[in-house]
Amino acid sequence: MELTVNGEVRQITDAATVADLLTSAGAPDRGSAVAVDGVVVPRSEWQTWRLRPGQRVELVHAVQGG
Amino acid sequence: MDDPFVIAGQSLSSRLILGTGGAPSLDVLDAALVASGADMCTVAMRRLEPSTRGSVLDVLDRRGVRVLPNTAGCHTAREAVLTAQLAREALNTSWVKLEVIADDDTLLPDGTELVEAALELVADGFTVLPYTNDDPILARRLEQAGCVAVMPLGSPIGTGLGIRNPHNIEMIVTGSSVPVILDAGIGTASDAALAMELGCDGVLLASAVTRSQDPALMAEAMAAAVVAGRAARRAGRIPQRWHARASSPGEGLVQT
Repeated sequence: MELTVNGEVRQITDAATVADLLTSAGAPDRGSAVAVDGVVVPRSEWQTWRLRPGQRVELVHAVQGG
Repeated sequence: MDDPFVIAGQSLSSRLILGTGGAPSLDVLDAALVASGADMCTVAMRRLEPSTRGSVLDVLDRRGVRVLPNTAGCHTAREAVLTAQLAREALNTSWVKLEVIADDDTLLPDGTELVEAALELVADGFTVLPYTNDDPILARRLEQAGCVAVMPLGSPIGTGLGIRNPHNIEMIVTGSSVPVILDAGIGTASDAALAMELGCDGVLLASAVTRSQDPALMAEAMAAAVVAGRAARRAGRIPQRWHARASSPGEGLVQT
């Protein structure tokens, strides 16, 4: 299925979860967070939250700043 | 400690809060962090770059300092609220340095969006430390919104222009019942000392240290300046006067 991840269109496995996406993106466990269509997905739901075609995903992490 | 620095019930051992932005490497940041003695540091939230090696969090965790995520770069209350919510999930903290800027040229806070974001975040259970203008009325509004501190700028972010309106900073200090932290515009140690002499409870700075030629040495200077400025404030300076006043006795002078 097709998703928009951090502004770029990506193909990912059907029925993938947020946890699957984080793993494939190489996101570090500490300091990462996910929003799907503007809503933050709680860490406790990463394993079970299934992504759906066409959704907009923001994958962020902590960096040096202000 | 007879002069504790407490924000929202949490005691901090240093009145200097270090921003981690602008350091050329994590090693340089680490050395500056140690020299600063800071026990709270800001970080920003950005889209994941899988190619990045090493994390600022490794440095902060190793040194045992508290992480204060910011909403730097957000232009609207909506963006800032989402960024704060992401940071809370990423870092397991409800503390946030709230930043809502009006444009990328001045990086000045947008007061209207800032208050709106503060209200939303407080209602959502956040502990909000807003980066704000040197405007006593806006500071009052933010305190009324439930912010746990107010963080007025001395001058625009990254300019190193120091405190352009000391009178306003003093008015914010006088009118505030939450800690006042001078945030942005510090260029060198005397600026940090002045902030404390004006009555600020703390200083938050990044560029002045991280973009100096010797970040660890400048961090040491800033730490000393904050301590000196605080002591001078508590000691109570002499009033300024127009005419000289001798400190040596006027009597018993030698006659010729």
